[in-house]
Amino acid sequence: MANATWEEKFNEAAAKSRMLRNRLGLDIRERVVKNIYRQAREIAAKTVTLPERELDVSHKLDDIITSKLFGYPLMFALLSLVFWLTISGANYPSELLANLLFAFEDRLTRFFQWAGAPAYLHGALVLGMYRGLAWVVSVMLPPMAIFFPLFTFLEDLGYLPRVAFNLDHIFKKAGAHGKQILTMCMGFGCNAAGVIACRIIESPRERLIAVLTNNFVPCNGRFPLLITMAALFLGLMVHDANNLAASAVVAGVVVLGVLVTLAVSWTLSKTILRGIPSTFTLELPPYRRPKIGTLLVRSVFDRTLFVLRRAVAVAALAGIVTWVFANTQIGELSLLAHLAGKLETFGRLLGLDGYILLAFLLGLPANEIVVPILIMSYLAEGAMLELASLADLRLLLVNNGWTWLTALNMLLFSLFHFPCATTLLTIRKETQSLKWTLLAALIPTMAGCLLCLALARLVNACGLV
Amino acid sequence: MGGTSSYPGVFVFLDELKRDVGRKADAVIALGGNPNTGKSTLFNALTGLNQHTGNWPGKTVVLAKGTYRHRGKEITVVDLPGTYSLLANSADEQVARDFICFGNPDATVVVADATCLERNLNLVLQVMEITPKTVLCVNLADEAARKKIKINYGKLRELLGIPVVPTVARDKTGLEELKNILDQVIFSEMKQLQPRPPVYDEEIEAALAQLQAEVEDLCQGKLNSRWVALRLLDGDPALLNNICHYLQRTGQNGRPSPAEVWRRVNYGQRHLGREIQ
Repeated sequence: MANATWEEKFNEAAAKSRMLRNRLGLDIRERVVKNIYRQAREIAAKTVTLPERELDVSHKLDDIITSKLFGYPLMFALLSLVFWLTISGANYPSELLANLLFAFEDRLTRFFQWAGAPAYLHGALVLGMYRGLAWVVSVMLPPMAIFFPLFTFLEDLGYLPRVAFNLDHIFKKAGAHGKQILTMCMGFGCNAAGVIACRIIESPRERLIAVLTNNFVPCNGRFPLLITMAALFLGLMVHDANNLAASAVVAGVVVLGVLVTLAVSWTLSKTILRGIPSTFTLELPPYRRPKIGTLLVRSVFDRTLFVLRRAVAVAALAGIVTWVFANTQIGELSLLAHLAGKLETFGRLLGLDGYILLAFLLGLPANEIVVPILIMSYLAEGAMLELASLADLRLLLVNNGWTWLTALNMLLFSLFHFPCATTLLTIRKETQSLKWTLLAALIPTMAGCLLCLALARLVNACGLV
Repeated sequence: MGGTSSYPGVFVFLDELKRDVGRKADAVIALGGNPNTGKSTLFNALTGLNQHTGNWPGKTVVLAKGTYRHRGKEITVVDLPGTYSLLANSADEQVARDFICFGNPDATVVVADATCLERNLNLVLQVMEITPKTVLCVNLADEAARKKIKINYGKLRELLGIPVVPTVARDKTGLEELKNILDQVIFSEMKQLQPRPPVYDEEIEAALAQLQAEVEDLCQGKLNSRWVALRLLDGDPALLNNICHYLQRTGQNGRPSPAEVWRRVNYGQRHLGREIQ
């Protein structure tokens, strides 16, 4: 009974407040906010003494960094610089790690022989799992260990919010939210993290747009792939693959990713996610001198090792699976070859081939293992192989019918295809909807197919290859 | 849009918190503040929990918690999402607001940026409207000093009527004082705690006065009646559901567990939505 009376009382109060609200007019919230702001201003005026003349370096710096003239070139230059440092800095440690890890593989092999282990066990565990692991660690760890601290440095410095500021009006024109660029920045590290970061966007409509397009930013797992393909593309096209040109290609691809993000956002907001972009005030935080110690610890432990641990777990499993695929014979050919054969026609249509598409499909758990799977398939050796240098890789690919177009389309398809399994699961969790998750996989894949198809047709028609 | 109910993580979090509170923590404090005020840095400095701190707005979306020990007491700190206000309807702001009003923290610390105090005071005033147990922590005091910004902390204390502590979280300066103040606020009924929440224009104040008696009857001391009256005037249906359910179902004595509150909040949103509108 007490509850009923309480509810009656509440309804009474609610009715009264409705009446009062009607009398006051509809702008109560605005008036409340204005009042609070006024009082905050008054209190601040009584307690805060500002310096006589505001000689602010940070404001002057912002005038340059966020200016129409310098904003974009500076962004592109910084992006290229980060990639260049990553690419050229990662070469040597990558090689060193690879040598170390593959030397250990020989020992493992000897141990298996000594223990008298059956061939399939040695194959699955050493040639499959261990090689997969060694590949991922040696290819991914050095670039990550360079890229993440650099990225965290820009973040701590306060540059990233300025990037968002620069791009805000463009995103608004695309019907999206300016904060989307920040979620994209997270996406550089990991798309799953980027999708989670979309929570900072308040409006559900714009959050969905950001979630659906986050995959157009290449994550850390795809960077080694992009970098390798960029170098290969240049090598096959102009027989020159210096690091600087390769980083420019990678930066160009990233810019293309941003452009496609805008195009897709625009399309979405004009079709299935219609609405008006909501306004937001983006605060430009002051520049801060990053604390190098904390920065290193944080980027290495929180990001690098976190991503690596996940990649290693996935690669171990995928290594075994791929080995089994490649070593299960059906008739004359392995299961892998059979599957690739089924995809061949479609792959050719896109300027790729069956093995490439299969590598992407098998690489669903993690993009890092696409190249290892591909190499393994081409070598038909039944195990992922470490190639001593990029030249070896190039030879192998050319022998399998690769042209610069294949490398370029592979580069594009790396950026434009379905997100990895982790990201898809995250999207499912964030959107609570299978429909949006499927769409998140479908949109980039469609974009990639269309792009590759168009490019392949164009190049073939012009007889360039 | 269910708003808060789309945060299953929070539910898990509150459940965990309930266990902590029941087992060992002597008090729970909420840590709120604008983005980019070094809130997460302060959180890390207080609790020693290793958590990523970012430099862009809205970075701390997921609630984090940690504990510290002070004067023999175990204090649990909940790091709320960084927000500019508690009025608008972002998921972040809802989580922060719901925790402050329904999570029943023993004290709420608002971290402010000393270099732009005015903007930060908006949130401080809004938090003070909900709970009198508010402590203002003016962080980045060193940066303000470097920019030759002078802040009269005594005057600030007097005008707001709440404890004010200047800190430099990244150097751990002022942390001891903050802990001491919190200890006093939580455990020894600070006498000087006489918050002066915002006052509104005559019309709104008159309307509030008309609602006052009824709302006080409804709240029975469980929520700040002035704040509830204001929300009634404002007419935010989602929040009113939460308030309604919170008030209706809470036992007369003792505070409900956070998990229980959360269950009710979600229940209220699902079942009472239409009735109130």
